[in-house]
Amino acid sequence: MELYAPILVLAVLAAGFAIFSVTIAPFTGPKRWNRAKLDAYECGIEPTPQPVGGGRFPLKYMITAMLFIVFDIEIIFLYPWAVAFDQLGLFGLVEMVLFIVTVLVAYAYVWRRKGLDWD
Amino acid sequence: MSLMSMTLLAAPAADPTLDDFGHDPIGIVILKSVVIFVVLMLGVLFGVWFERKLISRMQNRYGPNRAGKFGLLQSVADGLKMGLKEDLMPRTVDKVIYFIAPVVLAVPAFLAFSVIPMGPKVNMFGVETPLQLTDLPVAVLLVLAMASIGVYGIVLAGWGSRSPYAMLGGLRASAQVVSYEIAMGLSFVGVFLFAGTLSTSGIVAAQANGGSFALGDVDIPLPSWYMILLIPSFAIYVITMLGETNRVPFDLPEGEGELVGGFQTEYSNSLKFAVIMLAEYVNVFVVSAVSITLFMGGWRAPWPISMWDGANTGYWPLLWFFLKMVLVFSFFIWARASLPRVRYDQLMSLGWKILIPANLAWILLVATMRAMRLDGVNQTVVLILGAVVLAGALAIWLRFDTTLQRRREAKAAQVEAEFEQLQAEPTAGGFPVPPLDLPHYHGVGRKEVPSGTN
Repeated sequence: MELYAPILVLAVLAAGFAIFSVTIAPFTGPKRWNRAKLDAYECGIEPTPQPVGGGRFPLKYMITAMLFIVFDIEIIFLYPWAVAFDQLGLFGLVEMVLFIVTVLVAYAYVWRRKGLDWD
Repeated sequence: MSLMSMTLLAAPAADPTLDDFGHDPIGIVILKSVVIFVVLMLGVLFGVWFERKLISRMQNRYGPNRAGKFGLLQSVADGLKMGLKEDLMPRTVDKVIYFIAPVVLAVPAFLAFSVIPMGPKVNMFGVETPLQLTDLPVAVLLVLAMASIGVYGIVLAGWGSRSPYAMLGGLRASAQVVSYEIAMGLSFVGVFLFAGTLSTSGIVAAQANGGSFALGDVDIPLPSWYMILLIPSFAIYVITMLGETNRVPFDLPEGEGELVGGFQTEYSNSLKFAVIMLAEYVNVFVVSAVSITLFMGGWRAPWPISMWDGANTGYWPLLWFFLKMVLVFSFFIWARASLPRVRYDQLMSLGWKILIPANLAWILLVATMRAMRLDGVNQTVVLILGAVVLAGALAIWLRFDTTLQRRREAKAAQVEAEFEQLQAEPTAGGFPVPPLDLPHYHGVGRKEVPSGTN
């Protein structure tokens, strides 16, 4: 726990500064009312109304996020393996080849189903 | 060859290990935190000035030269100006998320710096302590975790602004950052294989002892930095570090031609925007520091200086670390001055289709080579395994290549056929004329309006 405590100190400093800056931002500058200033910026045209809680967005981004989770977990499995590689020896190598081949099957499937194509 | 002899250097005794952390008195912890925080803030001011100055010289102009000597106070002036600007907040924003987003963006950026080693053990006001805030058995994992939390800031900023540009910018930025984070995480695996630890001080210590190569009287050290031993990993890391921080040539989230300001569009030029910009620069510093720690020997002096015995003792390493930071940061600026922005589909296909498989193949190759050198491992088995993997990878690649080739040919044939058809009868579709019975865009049918009526 002693190892993590200094991170907390730095977190308090950084969070304090960031919250302070964001909070005083409305008070440091002038205030001159103008209807256009209160609209979302859309290059001068009337802003598109956005539904509360966010509008629709392209499904591509959701697929990317899902793929990220799959591969991020793969990385997490690779790290302890890499650290303990010298102790595991040949067993570790064989296991990791099998694991990566398994993930590659999924990867090839996603590629073939055009999950990695953007257009 | 008789003149040459190889020796292996032992790891220096002053190197901090994991056991040296966690014993600092609270005063030293606070002092270190404050110094890191203040230096990062000043570093951002200096970094902005340095970037503008250097990129100006690369483009044959002077850059900022009015505020202070050499324009050094330019960033301070800009910061003050931001504070004195009117703070605009569109009335449609989701207030809580809108205000939290810059904080979520900035805090993790600072936190990642807590595990960056900047020097050996020194005597700080009578306390023997390493020049590093703290170290963890999973220090690099902390850096990656903080980078992931930073993505929340981007998404929330885009989401909370409730404006189409901010929304699309936020989505784009987060998709880009997560995509490049995978390649980045994979490029670290080779380093962990060699160093056998995830603790940053351990990785720096592991890069200290390459062998040395005696040529007559002069000792030339063999490369011990992982940027030389693991060149492919380093190359991939350099690419992902540009992608991860949304810098040129991967600065699509703020591609001003298409998205105005990206996820920060609604954060007007006030202190809120200053916090976002600060977080971006601190992120650049973090990825630079990680590249130095993991690939460039950390705070250790480079070769010609390291011949001096005192180079890696006391507070000197702070200087080497700073110089390396300036060099890596200059690389960012160099890239910005020379490279055009890539297209979004190119960016994603580079990340997913090239960097990830190349990285996995390289990891397996390194692991195989590493296993060959282990004692008590049957080398024939390793070789056969390696050959099987190589053959498998080649087969997959060939299969993909032929498929791609076939698709490309089919596409070319299709385009050719269309062209031929248009050549034969120009009215077939030579000019895009919308059909006249097309319904109105919003689904409203056309109504006959007799002439002469209003």
